Amino acid sequence: MSDRAANRRKRQADKRQGWTDGLTADRLGQFGIGVVLTLLVLAALGPVVSPYDPAEQDLSNRLESPSLSHPFGTDQLGRDVLTRLLHGARFSLGIAVAVTTVRLLVGTAVGLVAGYAGGWVDEALMRLVDTLLAFPGIVLALVIAGILGPSLVNVMLALAVVGWASYARLVRSSVLSLREREFVTTARLLGRSRMHIATRHLLPNVVAPVVVLATLDIGSVILGTAGLSFLGLGAQPPTPEWGTMLASGRNYLRQAWWLVNAPGLCIMVTVLGFNLLGDSLRDMLSPTQTAQMEEL
Amino acid sequence: MNGQELCKRLLTMAIVLLGVSLLTYGLIFITPGDPARTILTQQMGGQIPSQEAVEQFRAENGLDDPFLVQYAHWMGDVLQGDLGHSYYNDRSVSEMIIQRLPNTIALAVASIFVALVIAIPAGIASARNPGSQADYAAQIGSLIGVSMPNFWLGYLLIIVCSLRLNLFPVAGAAGLEHLILPSLTLGSGMAAVIARLVRTAMLDVLDDAYIQAARAKGLRERIIIYKHALRNALVPVVTIIGLQLSYVLNGAVVIEVVFQRPGLGTLLVDAIFARDYPVVQGVTLLIGVIFVLMNFAVDLTYSRLDPRIDLGGDPT
Repeated sequence: MSDRAANRRKRQADKRQGWTDGLTADRLGQFGIGVVLTLLVLAALGPVVSPYDPAEQDLSNRLESPSLSHPFGTDQLGRDVLTRLLHGARFSLGIAVAVTTVRLLVGTAVGLVAGYAGGWVDEALMRLVDTLLAFPGIVLALVIAGILGPSLVNVMLALAVVGWASYARLVRSSVLSLREREFVTTARLLGRSRMHIATRHLLPNVVAPVVVLATLDIGSVILGTAGLSFLGLGAQPPTPEWGTMLASGRNYLRQAWWLVNAPGLCIMVTVLGFNLLGDSLRDMLSPTQTAQMEEL
Repeated sequence: MNGQELCKRLLTMAIVLLGVSLLTYGLIFITPGDPARTILTQQMGGQIPSQEAVEQFRAENGLDDPFLVQYAHWMGDVLQGDLGHSYYNDRSVSEMIIQRLPNTIALAVASIFVALVIAIPAGIASARNPGSQADYAAQIGSLIGVSMPNFWLGYLLIIVCSLRLNLFPVAGAAGLEHLILPSLTLGSGMAAVIARLVRTAMLDVLDDAYIQAARAKGLRERIIIYKHALRNALVPVVTIIGLQLSYVLNGAVVIEVVFQRPGLGTLLVDAIFARDYPVVQGVTLLIGVIFVLMNFAVDLTYSRLDPRIDLGGDPT
């Protein structure tokens, strides 16, 4: 009986904390920050300290299993897999940050305009948002990138185009609840321009939830980029992009298991790091804002 | 949901469907260069087509008309079930889709089944004893599942189950044994998200007064959990399965490529690389429409399952 009562208390405490409870959200968040920082350092320094060149072929050492001189083995052209993964980290992180930034900026601008202007502008913009969200994201990005032609830039463009809509929705709903608040009404009565109200009074109040959404979004952008590259639309060989490396490794599943597993593991750890960071940032937000985020 | 709200919902859905069709049709207009020339070059195996051939192709396929005329023409055909013909083998797009669709539906259904079989027990075990080892294991498993690229998981399963243990065939779609690895791959990724939600929903429900009443009555724990708690906890889970449809469709494309399964996903990817635009448009439109209709159906089911839920508010 006391066991059950203790469980019940625990459950109630857990509910307050959100889902990462029990494991202590803090510790997971710290782990996430640790992973992200480590990756940034590796991406910055790795290519400098690594003794090999990512494009250097050595056909006498093809498909060598992991060893001290090649900790992640070599690929079908004898290139050092670890070196290529380190170079790949630059692509993955760079692309993820760039795409997420574009999504954030476009989505925030659209959301601000829609929420503040109201009327037919709001109606038109929100139907556009609905239309974009009416497709499974990767499928639409796949089609857009495919029609534009296989290249890393086109994949980034496609991912940015399909992904800003949820930011617009979040910002719009925040603006709708903010615009009737006293400080906004006061500013309006003081005769401030719409631009002034939007940028000085509304924008600062939507920054926190938008940044949290962006942190949570980075993981899915990394998965999206890797997925599209895997399908052959993104970076083309010999670019050491993780998804592309995984795709070329699939022809050697029998002889060289490390060729698909090393990039796969890198993608997973990176995404995990950003997800944990995003989860703990979200838990730091106030409950009302968290509720808004969960609607997305 | 009363009649008026339903009408409002239907109207919004109609507008979104119109947007979906416009976007799908408009996509080929972002193609770099002249589509007629690109397609003819591909059809002729890399030779440069003559100017007359290009013009004839354009006229035959209506590529000279203004955008809205072409769109209206296409839409008129689509509404009659005609999605056009492949540029390459002149087969009807609807026929190609119908041929591939069963494989994708089988994959989707099997994956959702796998996801529920993993997620519901895991979520319940987690929620019954928060902070226990089972709970930690489920949470860590779920964190990893959400972060794992599904194509990698697919190859891991192929390496372990097919190449090492020889349990299942690597590729194809002939029978049930070809369905097991793909649906495990797709289903376990989905299970990661669903398990989280089952856990949260169960935690919510287990504190409700009626559960305490059931306990006070002396009902057995099994009956309390499965008969009383789970039924209510599943209400939010139903919506999530609807939302997970996006995950299923996104995932199906990639997973079909991994396991070389002839389905909608592989049809779309092949058509994209071949620049077979009628096929690309047909499959994209179908996926968009399925997605919109399913979301609508989920909304309706949701309000049926729990009459307290009111959908009357602004859907955005």
